[in-house]
Amino acid sequence: MRKVSAVNLAAIAIGIAFLYLPIVILVIYSFNASRLVAVWGGWSTRWYAELMSDAPILDAAFISIRLALVSATAATILGTLAALALARFGRFRGRLLFAAMIYAPLVMPEVITGLSLLLLFVAFAAERGFWTVAIAHTTMAMCFVTVIVQSRLVGFDMSLEEAAMDLGATPFATFFAVTLPLTLPAIAAAWMLAFALSLDDLVIASFTTGPGATTLPIRIYSEVRLGVKPEMNAVCSIMVGVVGVAVIAASLLAKLSGGERAAPAQP
Amino acid sequence: MRQNPPRSFWQSLVVRIPYAWLLALFLVPFLIVLKISLSQSAIARPPYTPVFDLAAGWHGIHAFFAALSFDNYVLIGSDPIYVVSYLKSVEIAAFSTLILLLVGYPIAYAIARTPRHWQAVLIVLTVLPFWTSLLIRIYAWMNILQRDGPLNALLVALSIVKEPPVWLSTNTAIFIGVVYSYLPFMVLPLYATLEKLDESLLEAAADLGCPRWKIFWLVTLPLSSSGIIAGVLLCFIPIVGEFVIPDLLGGSRSPMIGQTIWMEFFGNKDWPAAAAVAVVLVCLLVAPILVYQNQAMRAVERD
Repeated sequence: MRKVSAVNLAAIAIGIAFLYLPIVILVIYSFNASRLVAVWGGWSTRWYAELMSDAPILDAAFISIRLALVSATAATILGTLAALALARFGRFRGRLLFAAMIYAPLVMPEVITGLSLLLLFVAFAAERGFWTVAIAHTTMAMCFVTVIVQSRLVGFDMSLEEAAMDLGATPFATFFAVTLPLTLPAIAAAWMLAFALSLDDLVIASFTTGPGATTLPIRIYSEVRLGVKPEMNAVCSIMVGVVGVAVIAASLLAKLSGGERAAPAQP
Repeated sequence: MRQNPPRSFWQSLVVRIPYAWLLALFLVPFLIVLKISLSQSAIARPPYTPVFDLAAGWHGIHAFFAALSFDNYVLIGSDPIYVVSYLKSVEIAAFSTLILLLVGYPIAYAIARTPRHWQAVLIVLTVLPFWTSLLIRIYAWMNILQRDGPLNALLVALSIVKEPPVWLSTNTAIFIGVVYSYLPFMVLPLYATLEKLDESLLEAAADLGCPRWKIFWLVTLPLSSSGIIAGVLLCFIPIVGEFVIPDLLGGSRSPMIGQTIWMEFFGNKDWPAAAAVAVVLVCLLVAPILVYQNQAMRAVERD
């Protein structure tokens, strides 16, 4: 067993503290009874209660969840197909352009993705709203899905697929009986990442949305632009809680199902 | 890489469907941005001219191309607002990437040196904050950095400062927000290469009497260079175009380029100018993006 030196331990401790302290402070502040955020007025769940009667926020949350469900599912299907193409189809025509279009959006500034998709929708006179945002989120998230699923496909034992085919399974049967079950933890992790990306996105949604499709981040952004608000502390704390529980559950699930590569989020 | 077996029509759909999607929703939009950046702003729907009109036939196409111009690019080159904005973005991205490397390297190195069963836990802990919304994490910092927020309260209580300093709407706040938000993107690729590092090389160097700082400089650092390059690119490229962090923490007095595109678009409603600013930004980032793609593709396929 290697011993961890004091310096290394300090580096880890400081790093973790730096990453988590702001979120902890946010959650603590969300229980502050005082309207003035900087003044501590004792513990209270007042802002959570007020949230429950805040119709615009609840509407926005509902739209965001629906949007994330739709776009994560579409992105997972498209992204898995793309991963199969990259990992199993050898050198097909146009592979380089295909790979470039998968990897570029991963680092492309969101302002550019958002603007370009909006101009596309305008050029085709598409009515902007829920579905344009869903298409935009699908496009952004599918590339992350592809990278996660592809690294799983490249990593696993190809002889299993070959054995199935040698035993007379059609490519379709092989995919559903061998490839899909073995890749499932990665696909599940990728779906969750796509869901989280959609739920979190402000910039792309702001560009591509239209009347009647105000997502939760757009709502939060318009509220906090001018300063801190106690209700927003509560909304943000709830989102942190939901995401935290979901990710921990997914990591445990991935561990149980033995997908050692499926650890969530390798951006 | 396997030899290509002949494929049925249905199998080829595996490639064709995502390919068509990306062509239509990633490549074509770019071409449209390029085209609109050559247009003029107009009070109309859509708010630019010329509009491509196929119904007008060959004549219409000719008129369309005649009406395109480089005016927006001339404007970007001559108006200091844009130039300053680009420079500020590149400067902030470069400095914060450097800070990220200096902060992230010791963390990644330390994680890679812990017992194996800890490593998985520590990596999940590092990545976890990335799953919560960037907006929320930046908003958390708005809380902390307020004039009468907890950071100033702490600094005053420890009598490090007499007067609480102003953090929000400064570049310092942007640096804090950027380093905080992008730390996982720096630590992960660094950890991935440091974890694979062959320790017998370090032992060999030590056995031959090399001092520890020199081992680090001559062995560890060069061997982790692919992780360094990946981490630097993964941070630098998106930071240049960052919008949320500078907007909420840095204010709008001296905007970064992401804010400038946003303002041209939502504030001034000058779509052609916004498109031109975006095209120039993509041109600035093309080289790092290509290097990054190359790296990422090789990393995935080597696995």
